[in-house]
This record gives sequence, C-alpha cells and structure tokens, in this order.
Amino acid sequence: MGKPVAMTGNIAVANAMRQINPDVCAAYPITPSTEIMQQFASFVADGKVDTELVTVESEHSAMSACIGASAAGGRVMTATSANGLALMWEMLYIASGNRLPIVMMVVNRALSAPINIHGDHSDGMGARDSGWIQFYSEDGQEAYDNLIQAMIIGQNKDVRLPVMVGMDGFIISHSIENLEMLSDQQAKDFIGEYIPFYPLLNIKKPVTYGPLDLQDYYSEHKRQQTEGMRAAKPVILKTAQDFAALSGRKYGFFEPYRLEDAEIGILTLGSSAGTTRYVVDLMRDRGIKAGMVKLRVFRPFPMEELQEALGHLKALAVMDRCDSFGAAGGPVFSEVRSSLYDQPNRPKVVNYIYGLGGRDLGISHIEQVIGDLQKIKETGKVEELITYLTVRE
Amino acid sequence: MSIKSLKGWKEIPIGGLIPEAGNSAQYETGGWRTYRPVVDRDACKNCLFCWIYCPDSAVMVEDEKIKGIDLRYCKGCGICAQECPAKAIQMIEEAKL
Repeated sequence: MGKPVAMTGNIAVANAMRQINPDVCAAYPITPSTEIMQQFASFVADGKVDTELVTVESEHSAMSACIGASAAGGRVMTATSANGLALMWEMLYIASGNRLPIVMMVVNRALSAPINIHGDHSDGMGARDSGWIQFYSEDGQEAYDNLIQAMIIGQNKDVRLPVMVGMDGFIISHSIENLEMLSDQQAKDFIGEYIPFYPLLNIKKPVTYGPLDLQDYYSEHKRQQTEGMRAAKPVILKTAQDFAALSGRKYGFFEPYRLEDAEIGILTLGSSAGTTRYVVDLMRDRGIKAGMVKLRVFRPFPMEELQEALGHLKALAVMDRCDSFGAAGGPVFSEVRSSLYDQPNRPKVVNYIYGLGGRDLGISHIEQVIGDLQKIKETGKVEELITYLTVRE
Repeated sequence: MSIKSLKGWKEIPIGGLIPEAGNSAQYETGGWRTYRPVVDRDACKNCLFCWIYCPDSAVMVEDEKIKGIDLRYCKGCGICAQECPAKAIQMIEEAKL
C-alpha cells in the first residue's frame, strides 16, 4: 500500500506518465487536459523521465507524431480533450488500423458548438468506433490505475491496440482527492520492458506500415481488429488481477454495487458513479432494493458479462453523459439495451441523457430516476423511454 | 487472381503490415486491366521504347527483342501504345479478346 497523496486527477495522470516513462510523447494543450502535459513537461525538463517530448502545432499532428513514433518502435503516450480529440479523428483510425498501442488520456469534455470547456462524454463516445480500447474513470485514483493498466493491455501481443483512458473534465481532472500511487519501482516492474512489434527503426528487417489495402484484403484486416478487441477482454481481466495483487485495488469490466438482490438498477460511467452509489445507499436505507453498475470498460463492450449482471433486474436506467442525436437513445443505452434483448426475463431499460457541458448531476436527480424505476417495476410500463435529465423545459 | 486463392484473416500479418522488403512482384496488378496491348510483330522495330516507358516493367525482352507483355502485371495503361514510334501496339478491350 502506497501512502495517500492529495492531487488533482490531471497531476495523478501526469505522475502515472512519469512512472511509465514513455519514449515519445507528442501533445498539443487543450483544456481541461492541459495540466497533464504542463506537469509532464516539467518532468521532462527536470530530467525525471527520458521522454522525447514533441510540441506539435495541432492535435492532428500530435497523433500523427505518436503514430510515427509507435511504428518506429517506441512506447508512446499523449493526452487531449474534446475538440482536440475531434481534430485527431482521422489519425485515431490510422493508429488502430496499424495496430499501434499508443496510450492516450482523454479528459472528457463537451464538444463545440456552442463552446463549452466542461465535462461530458461527447468526445470519447464519438470515438467509440475508432478501434481504440476505451476506459472511463470514476475518480483520480481510477484514472491513475487505468492508465498504468492500459499500458500493459494495449501492448499485449494478442491485442496490439491503442487505448484511451477517460476521466471527467474538471469534475475529476481539477479536483484534489486523496489517492495512492505505486512506488516508482513497483510501477516500472509492473509495466515491464516494452517489446516493439516490427519496429521501423530496425533497418536490418525493413517493413512497410500502412500500405494500400483494397477489396482483396481490407476486410481481413478489419476482422483482425475485432479479434484484437476480443482478445483484449481476458487481458484486461488478467491485468486487473495482477494490479490488485500489487495495489489491493480491484477492477473488472464494470463494478457492480449492491446489485445481487436488487430489483432496480442504474448503469452509469465516470464521476456520476459516486453520486449514484450514495443514492443507492440512501434507497437501501428506505428499503428500496436498488443497485448500480459502474461501467469501466466501454470498448471492448462487455456484453455477455452485463447480461449476467443485469438480467435479473426488473427495471434498469442507463445514464448517458452524451447525446447521440437522432439515434435510438444515448450510446451506452443502445448497447446495453441491445445486449439484454435475448435475456428471457429482461428488465425494462430506460435512458437518461444528463450532465451535458458539465451540468451537475445531483442527488435529487438520481432520486428522480429511482422513482421512475420504481414506477416501471410496479406497473411494468415505460412512460418515457429517453428522458433528458438536468435540462430545463 | 481468384478470391479463393487469397489468404484468410488468421494467416496474414496484422494491420496490413508488410514484414519484408522487395515483394511487389508478388502483387499481380494484371487484374486491373480493361485494355490489353497487342503487339503487331511485323510492324515492331524492337526499338524498346515500350520497355523504357512501361511503368510496371511488364514488357518482356529477350536478346534485345520484344518477347511479349507480362499480363500478370500489365494494368493496360496504354502508355506503350501511345509511345510506340512504329504504331505497332494496339489496345484491345479484354472482353473482345
């Protein structure tokens, strides 16, 4: 057990990066992730890491430089938020398509327009099909722990995929919390040596990355990417197990909370899990059998595991801190609901879009959700499938 | 190249990576061709302009004479026919051959 330290989510992430000591880090600052690179640049300047820090002129260039460095055979990291992630879009697919295990911290923030710098999941959720493994973190501790684990998962020989780790902008990135870090040596040993995969810098064995791939083989390469995602599932669990042995902190694809005997449940991800957990306890004190699932891994989506965990509920609310305009509900909702379709006694599943642009999700809001779920449980009827919570009518 | 002769996703390097150099000869681009260059032997002076201009090195030469067109690689671009000073190469639609 490490000694507790107080730091913001961003500083915790910068420290995880210091301990990982990547070969190359290319980044362009954007709120609310700026503090990560600011702190990390200090580590570079002070000689605490061996990293080549490339200060580029845009996020598109940042991800491009990361791709080049990763193909060259380096351990590579970066950080961004919102519009920065959006500007990387083209390169996200090139990183995953080339199977380069870049690890990126995404401090989740609303996308413009109108301009807003605060926390929601629009950025990360928009990138859900880009072929990156995705983690979402409840607090600074999880952000730190997820980032350390991400490094091992992405570079696994059966996985070979880039990983993005999310934490809620400002709510987590700028809040000071107590957390425990591994010692520098523990982190170093845990992550281990990086074994590059066909490094471009190995001039004795020349290789080509990203060649033309037409109707004859493109489909096969996409199929391989899906296989990488499937292979990531056991690797995520094994890594969590090893991490628990080291830190005492346990992780899975998601965290079930008071779920076993629950009749109604709320599935959420990110910082709102703290508020939801508190309300679940309140409801339990009132004799209401409520539970929660906090989703940690969104890609690969843990479909079978969620079926197992949620199948017994009578009613379930899925919380989306992101809207998917014109879709059948938010991104988390549509996948969770689809996962449960084949369950014989599937729960009624409803969706709440909340907290956009950093709008607070309070205790009363979760109480309202619980009230709705109680009504659905009793009547078996859903009055409103998709509800806009925390929005003024 | 028939689709059946191509490898499955488990048999190929991930990410489209090409793990060796100098292998473009394995990529037969002849399947792209719509028009085939047909050489009129009587008109041909063996000046080798076609051999010089061909972007795919698909003109086969033996003893400084044109031996034929390697249809595994010829994309049918027609540069040889355009450049031939003797007008000895005609581009004929594959379907008509």
